[in-house]
Amino acid sequence: MQNDAVGQMLDAELFTLVGVKPDEADHIKRKSQTYFQDAARRFRQNTPSVIGMIFLAALVVFAFFGPLLVKYNYNTADLAAANSDPSAAHWFGTDELGRDMWARVWTGGRISILIGIIAALLQATIGIILGSLAGFVGGKVDEFIMRVVEFLMAFPYLVWVTLMMMVTGSGILPMIMALTLTGWLSMARLVRGQILALKNEDYVLAALSLGAGTRRIILRHMIPNMLGVIIVNMTFAIPNAIFSEAFLSFIGIGIKSPETSWGLLVSIGMKQIYTYPLRLFLPSIFISLTMLSLQLIGDGLRDALDPKLRH
Amino acid sequence: MKLLKYISKRIAISFLMILILVTVSFFMVKLIPGSPFTSEKMQAGNKAAIYAYYGLDKPVYEQYLIYLNNLAHGDLGTSYKIRAISVNQIIATAFPYSLDLGLRAIGFALTMGLLLGITAAYQRGKALDTFTMVLAIIGTSVPSFIVGFFIQYIFAVKLKWFPVAQYESLAHTVLPTFALGLGMLAMIAKYTRSSMLEVISSEYVKTADSKGLSKLRIIFVHQLRNALMPVITLLGPTVASVITGTFVVENVFAIPGLGRHYVTSVQNLDYTLITGLTIFFAVLLVMMNLIVDIAYAFIDPRIKLE
Repeated sequence: MQNDAVGQMLDAELFTLVGVKPDEADHIKRKSQTYFQDAARRFRQNTPSVIGMIFLAALVVFAFFGPLLVKYNYNTADLAAANSDPSAAHWFGTDELGRDMWARVWTGGRISILIGIIAALLQATIGIILGSLAGFVGGKVDEFIMRVVEFLMAFPYLVWVTLMMMVTGSGILPMIMALTLTGWLSMARLVRGQILALKNEDYVLAALSLGAGTRRIILRHMIPNMLGVIIVNMTFAIPNAIFSEAFLSFIGIGIKSPETSWGLLVSIGMKQIYTYPLRLFLPSIFISLTMLSLQLIGDGLRDALDPKLRH
Repeated sequence: MKLLKYISKRIAISFLMILILVTVSFFMVKLIPGSPFTSEKMQAGNKAAIYAYYGLDKPVYEQYLIYLNNLAHGDLGTSYKIRAISVNQIIATAFPYSLDLGLRAIGFALTMGLLLGITAAYQRGKALDTFTMVLAIIGTSVPSFIVGFFIQYIFAVKLKWFPVAQYESLAHTVLPTFALGLGMLAMIAKYTRSSMLEVISSEYVKTADSKGLSKLRIIFVHQLRNALMPVITLLGPTVASVITGTFVVENVFAIPGLGRHYVTSVQNLDYTLITGLTIFFAVLLVMMNLIVDIAYAFIDPRIKLE
């Protein structure tokens, strides 16, 4: 009885679609975003990372163009102006040989940052090659590579770098070589793990059953999906390499005078901590700022590029 | 039985690893250009005598076998630079300093790190949490020698609260402990915080809460025990970072420990001391990792004994 009453109140007109055109319902209004646009959006929302980015950009600009702003070379001694405090002529003062500290600090920064970036790139290259070899070929090759990684990882990285550095000798190129040969482990492990995981993904199976070749699967499906974690790993490899440079120069087997680097400046400054603390503080602050910025950027990139990892 | 098999297998692997390390570092040191005796002005006859004294006149493989044989008897050889002192003696005198400093740093990092991590997880989003996260980022990204210099300059040189260097009294230990421990503290706080956050929202904690258990009991019996699992895995890397940390911190604060000897041996090309200390560090680390692995197998029944 009640049902009849309700039935009389409702008629079919109440159920017609208002303002929706059925043939346009599946139309997506907003432009679709690629993975990297999406990641960039997420990264921009991360304030600490953006601050890190700004700091890093400033440090890089100063390291590459700072020395050009003054008329002194990082290595020109002027004994008449030795040990001067910061002034209009020497913005950061001079060292015991009268060399301009502004030029020295920023030229040193250039070396440190370059070593960091080049070493990280080379480490990544070796790591990716060996990691994908282990992941793809599997079997004996995989076993061998992973045993080597495991062995090298069982002992501190700095001990390996130090031993390697003693064999290669001091200087910029030997240091990059030593850092490359010892620093590829985590990347190799990461890439191998990624490949093993991606191998079993449904879209790889789908591509395979649609007849895609190995080349296409690697280039179109695996690499784009690994790129995020690779980039993040590299971002953290740069500060590691910069730290290693500082450490090696600090203990006296890294960069040697007359070349300059932040690590070397710290180790020279250490001996003058009582008399000229500024000489120790300048490179220390810049190393710390660089590492801090890279850390913040790395954290931001990890959250942006790999949402699954976010905690 | 399964555990016993696991432990003996782990010991065998550790032993093999150390053997490979001994081999690798022995031959790498042989590859180093130059010689520890080049800086000394000496006549050819003397040089030959010194080479004969240290056994350097023999072929490399023979030197290696002699070294292995000595090592099997626990003898790490004689220092090339510090006259008439064996590497064993150097370790015996220097290791107590490093051990003391290392234990203090680990103790400091563990207590403060756990405390900060737990409270930060409970105060999520509040000031203490932010402080912990900032500390974690600074602690992991600022190199320990820079931390060392800064606190040395501020608290010893300027404020004169603590002695500048050396390692004699309790006051001497404060600054180096802080410099060495800060990075670890940051790592431990970060890990503890995130694993506590995970545990806090888990079902068994809700159950414990609804049973009406006290807050303290829930934290210490239900949450912390589970939250600590990932932190325990950090212990291996922690020991590694203490070892490499002492390389710089002992230099900054002029502490006569193993780290300082390692750095001087590298600068002096003191081959036997470099290899000897590397092996000593390696044994220490491998043993530590072994203990952590076995402890882990005991604590967490879910772990697979392979």
